[in-house]
Amino acid sequence: MRRRWTLPAVKVAFLLAAALVVAVLPRFMGEYRLAQFTYVAIYFIALLGLNILTGYNGQISLGHGAFIGVGAYTSALLILGKPGLHDLNIFPPGWLPLGDGMRPVFTIPIAALVTGIIGFGFGFPALRLPGVSLALATLGIAVSLPSIAKRFDTVTGGGGGLNVPLPKTPFGLDVAVPHWLYYEAWVTAGVLFVVAWLLVRGRIGRAWRAIRDGELAATSSGVSPAAYKTLAFGVSSAFAGAAGALYAIQISYVNPDTFPLTLSILLLASVVVGGLSSLTGVIFGALLMEFLPIYAQQLSIPWVLSSSKQAPSVVFGAVLILCMFLLPAGAGGLLNRLLRPLKNALAGQSRLVRARGAPPG
Amino acid sequence: MNAIKLPRQLEGVAIVAVGFATAIVSVVVLGLLIKVAVSTFTWSGYLQQVTSGLATGSIYASLALALVLIYRTTDIVNFSQGEMATFTTFIAWSLMGHGLSYWPAFVLTLLIAFGGGMAVERTLIRPVEGRPEIVIVIVTIGLLIALNGLSGWIWGAEVKAVDSPFSNRTLDIGGVFVSVQDIGTFCVCLGAVLVLWLFFRFTTLGLAMRAVALNPDASRLVGVRVGWLLALGWGFAAVLGAIAGLMAAPTVFLDPNMMLVILIYAFAAAVLGGIDSPVGAVVGGLMLGVAVNLLGTYVNFVGGELRLPSALAILLLVLLVRPQGLFGHVRVSRV
Repeated sequence: MRRRWTLPAVKVAFLLAAALVVAVLPRFMGEYRLAQFTYVAIYFIALLGLNILTGYNGQISLGHGAFIGVGAYTSALLILGKPGLHDLNIFPPGWLPLGDGMRPVFTIPIAALVTGIIGFGFGFPALRLPGVSLALATLGIAVSLPSIAKRFDTVTGGGGGLNVPLPKTPFGLDVAVPHWLYYEAWVTAGVLFVVAWLLVRGRIGRAWRAIRDGELAATSSGVSPAAYKTLAFGVSSAFAGAAGALYAIQISYVNPDTFPLTLSILLLASVVVGGLSSLTGVIFGALLMEFLPIYAQQLSIPWVLSSSKQAPSVVFGAVLILCMFLLPAGAGGLLNRLLRPLKNALAGQSRLVRARGAPPG
Repeated sequence: MNAIKLPRQLEGVAIVAVGFATAIVSVVVLGLLIKVAVSTFTWSGYLQQVTSGLATGSIYASLALALVLIYRTTDIVNFSQGEMATFTTFIAWSLMGHGLSYWPAFVLTLLIAFGGGMAVERTLIRPVEGRPEIVIVIVTIGLLIALNGLSGWIWGAEVKAVDSPFSNRTLDIGGVFVSVQDIGTFCVCLGAVLVLWLFFRFTTLGLAMRAVALNPDASRLVGVRVGWLLALGWGFAAVLGAIAGLMAAPTVFLDPNMMLVILIYAFAAAVLGGIDSPVGAVVGGLMLGVAVNLLGTYVNFVGGELRLPSALAILLLVLLVRPQGLFGHVRVSRV
């Protein structure tokens, strides 16, 4: 009986260790590096959401950058409030429930909720369509968001976008602003990681996976694909919305070109390389998304191509294809495979498994 | 149609004639409807919008057909189709930059596209053949990212002008001004579609390719080399894409993201027509081209900026009523 508790205990210990690393990391780095790791947290949140959708529910979204955009705009509008918008010469219609400006931190859950509802509303018709159409529809959202934002310029400020005031450290805490932003992002990421884990391991997660692995079989077992797929889409958009709010707070401006189609595509690429249906793998995806472009920009092929801003895309694409050839489960899957002997030993199953000749699922 | 027995050869002609008649009637009816709703309506202006819509629609149609070609044989949507087209258009641009005149460069580019398309299938798609759909789709998305970056890396991200093979005159046809550019685009795109149709209908190789699309296992048993025919399909799709890219480039200008929006319209056209139906792809492309043009002209709210979102909204509405698209088939699957 005692052994059944070892594995969860080790997992919790791992999590605590990770939290400790995140907590002390700022001591060892300058402000620039710190900002990079804040972005890692933001991407981590967005990728968690995308992994719920793509990894656990098997639906491809090429439009998550747009949902990040919706979250960012929601948060920016709420932070500015009516007085702030009037200062920017933007006069939104009166029925929009914008207050007199909010503390940035409180806009995060609201942005998540708003984006989640929008995602839910979008998923409602879109998910009844055959598989290919969904990817198409999400791709369409990603491409349309900039033009929609420009069209409704009385709310979004058009091409100029919205400038959000730099946040102050709240509650009279004695922390520098970049450090505050870093902890804000990582605490949100931690909370959402737990939320994602709870969702995925329970009844809902089982239903999602059942639909992914065989929609007809799931239906005949009494799982409604439409309901659960829409739910996955809503939850995943809510994660993107939270990431968007943090993004707006961190970068302190939002404009239509902050969320190009490339963002959506790179999100999908990162989630796949990090590992579909692996929540721990998401951290690799987030690190890749932040740091690969920075290093790949310096890449050059002697005498053929000099280094360029376009190079990271080429590397990303190549990594993605190679990953599908060699490592379809991504970095998370590789990690699982490496840790399996340890896990088995902890769970006291290794002898049993060897006798059966098959690893546990 | 069932009541009248026509000779087999005439049946096709009759269907085409009915199709044309339906198209003309719906253009007239739509015109009358808009005339009631919009005060500034003139018939010549309306027909001008319809013809230029047909020209852009023919570009969507050829790219949509490329998507359908691959979907029918491989069962996946090739997300990199647009980027493959952009890449080949860049090749044509640099061929012309090296002193080749338009049509030789055009033909050479199509040959390169054909080889390139086959090479992509052999090297990138073949290794993941038979794996879950999501794996193959992700490979094509990887190719999309890589090719998009590569065209920017090689040729730079700045916008380039591409020559048009057609003069920039406009013809006055009974008060309706139609540009030679539009007529040329329409003829080249639909000409390519026609040639492809003749190939599939009347050659042994075309027959074999249709067999592969229908039932790869049975085709392999009767001695069809399925692998190579799949590659051939990718080659043809790449050629269609290259034509679409070359025809689009003079008006939308050439840059690495040139085909992204066109790809979405082409997707929309293919899904609208029924993703497994070549006829549907062409009709869907033309319909979408005209519809988007008319929406942008006559609906103030849509204007220039909301064309794509409103096209997608229409698509969603159509699909809610008819999930298999206008000409598609309902798929029956078993657990």
